[in-house]
Amino acid sequence: MKELRIIVCAKEIPDPEAPLSDVSVDAEKMEVIVDAPQVISPFDENALEAALRITEDMDSKITVLSMGKKVSDTVLRKTLAAGADELILLEDEAFEKLDSHSIASVLAEAIKKIGEYDLVLTGRQAGDWDSGQVGLLLGEMLALPCISLAREITIEDGNVMVKKSIPEGYELVKARMPALVTVSNEVGELRYISRTKMLKMMRGARSIPSWNREDFFSAPEELLKMGIFELSSPPDMGRDCQILEGATPDEQAGKLAAVFKALR
Amino acid sequence: MNDVLILGEVKEGSLDMKTLELLGAGRKLCGDLGSGLSVVLMGDELSKAVDQVISYGPDKVYKLEHPLLRGFKTDLWVESLEQLCRQINPKVFLMGHSFIGMELGPRLACRLNTRLTTDCIDISIDPEDGVLLRTKPVSGGNAISVFKCPGEPQLATMRGKVFKPAEPAEGNGEIVDMVPEIDESMIRVESMEVVKEEIVALDKADVVVSGGAGLGEEDGFEMLDGLAKALSKSFGNVMIGCSRVAVDKGWISSDHQVGLTGTIISPDIYVAVGISGAIQHLVGMVNSKKIIAINNDPGCNMFKVADYGVVEDFEEIIPALIKKLEELS
Ligand SMILES: Cc1cc2nc3c(=O)[nH]c(=O)nc-3n(C[C@H](O)[C@H](O)[C@H](O)COP(=O)(O)OP(=O)(O)OC[C@H]3O[C@@H](n4cnc5c(N)ncnc54)[C@H](O)[C@@H]3O)c2cc1C
Ligand SMILES: Nc1ncnc2c1ncn2[C@@H]1O[C@H](COP(=O)(O)O)[C@@H](O)[C@H]1O
Repeated sequence: MKELRIIVCAKEIPDPEAPLSDVSVDAEKMEVIVDAPQVISPFDENALEAALRITEDMDSKITVLSMGKKVSDTVLRKTLAAGADELILLEDEAFEKLDSHSIASVLAEAIKKIGEYDLVLTGRQAGDWDSGQVGLLLGEMLALPCISLAREITIEDGNVMVKKSIPEGYELVKARMPALVTVSNEVGELRYISRTKMLKMMRGARSIPSWNREDFFSAPEELLKMGIFELSSPPDMGRDCQILEGATPDEQAGKLAAVFKALR
Repeated sequence: MNDVLILGEVKEGSLDMKTLELLGAGRKLCGDLGSGLSVVLMGDELSKAVDQVISYGPDKVYKLEHPLLRGFKTDLWVESLEQLCRQINPKVFLMGHSFIGMELGPRLACRLNTRLTTDCIDISIDPEDGVLLRTKPVSGGNAISVFKCPGEPQLATMRGKVFKPAEPAEGNGEIVDMVPEIDESMIRVESMEVVKEEIVALDKADVVVSGGAGLGEEDGFEMLDGLAKALSKSFGNVMIGCSRVAVDKGWISSDHQVGLTGTIISPDIYVAVGISGAIQHLVGMVNSKKIIAINNDPGCNMFKVADYGVVEDFEEIIPALIKKLEELS
């Protein structure tokens, strides 16, 4: 069988799991300020893990695509350390703060330039704006069969088989490749990467290709910014917490049981 | 005039009550726009659901009935909705942020060359230009953003349990039968098998006992089961919830997950055991009537949103608590 080619779209974002105290809102500039390191959006790590599992004993090539005004290759090199074969950065001033549709159209153009592929994987939703659209938009733009919320992906005779989450459980679906699949966390966490491997990839001389819009995108005037009209902090969720003290767990448990009794 | 369209959902032949929230949201917009409200229902057998929805007083119900619309085959549903929208040109189109809406929304937006905002908690009309203002939590819930986008229909999916369900209303709504032009050849994703799992209906629980990474291993949930059992003697429906990490670790299935990408709930009592209180988890439970946190880290965020807290290793507290509850009952 010929080499299986998978494209994984991965977005770099400020750590979405940063403690609340490190996040603030600049209403004036309409920006969310996160005082935390950049990471790969969690569901995109799941997508990469799915790709690595699918290709475990197969002749394959996994390409990771990441797009932004500026993408940090130190953050994205993690994908190579985990086992991806190629990383391509799509960087341009014009790619700043785009809306989901425009992000998808940039990714679609890059994928067309790459040309040959069997599967495109995205996360179900990026952890910065929680939009949850780019995957399916991309699938439509590339006119691919689209499958969302994958918990398990396998390949069989040129078809992709997916266990897709549905309200009642899951549905096993099948589509002819090339196809697009959005990945959910049930596929499993990105595999462990040893420190040595990580360091080697960081220090390595390997150069990471970066394409700017002239390289592949012909219609930048079609790119729209996210239409943010207003940005504010959420209402305060804090409550006055009464800590149930006690010299022993037994004593604490007694107080807690009394709380339950009062709530009955 | 039928400027505002909503997608009704049908469950086993009956109207899904979530649709009433959309009807409520749609009504509000119609007030702002001075327009009519229409509902589209899709499926293979809709008479009952149509009768039900009519009793809430929409101006029009588009009935898209077709044998191939049995079950949710996304390809055919997107195609049918695209045809409908091209025919009736709604100004605003709202769907639930449900499994169905999450999948149809982006694909329909692409085909109609319009912009979608997902998981909205409020919508209104800008009086200046009549454009839809879409309010959506972003960054997990760390900020609330209002978006304004070009294109028609103005398209949004709405978060559940935010809008007040519509009340029954008088009206002589018109039923419009439409047969979408679809056939088998349009199905690109084939359904091989639907596997029904035992799914917890977390939104129906009176009390949710939830476990996170702090449980350390799968066995921790057995302890929580014990607590749930003890509580169920005094409280109605007690169910087990969890954080995403517990799902990631494979300790429990994802239907138990509470939060942004799980279920959003507001039970009478929420007990968070070994859950740190990340924003994506909080948005799923912060409206619970009472929140109790058990965590060995006094600085953890869950204590900030809780009413009662116990700072201790759960392995010490839970067995002791079960015993005390039994003594008290
Ligand atoms: C886009 C996106 C969507 C997400 N959606 C969701 C979602 O729907 N639901 C969700 O839950 N998360 C979601 N997350 C993940 C979320 O950000 C957090 O990673 C997750 O909620 C953390 O789970 P946790 O609290 O169980 O784990 P941790 O943050 O690791 O916390 C474990 C806690 O257990 C405590 N602990 C440790 N040992 C003990 C002990 N022996 N006894 C008592 N306490 C102990 C620790 O002090 C700590 O507070 C999402 C993330 C993203 C980016
Ligand atoms: N700038 C980007 N670069 C690469 N992939 C992206 C980008 N933005 C979104 N994606 C992909 O699309 C998925 C859904 O993103 P979103 O619709 O923004 O929530 C993400 O999980 C990524 O896989």
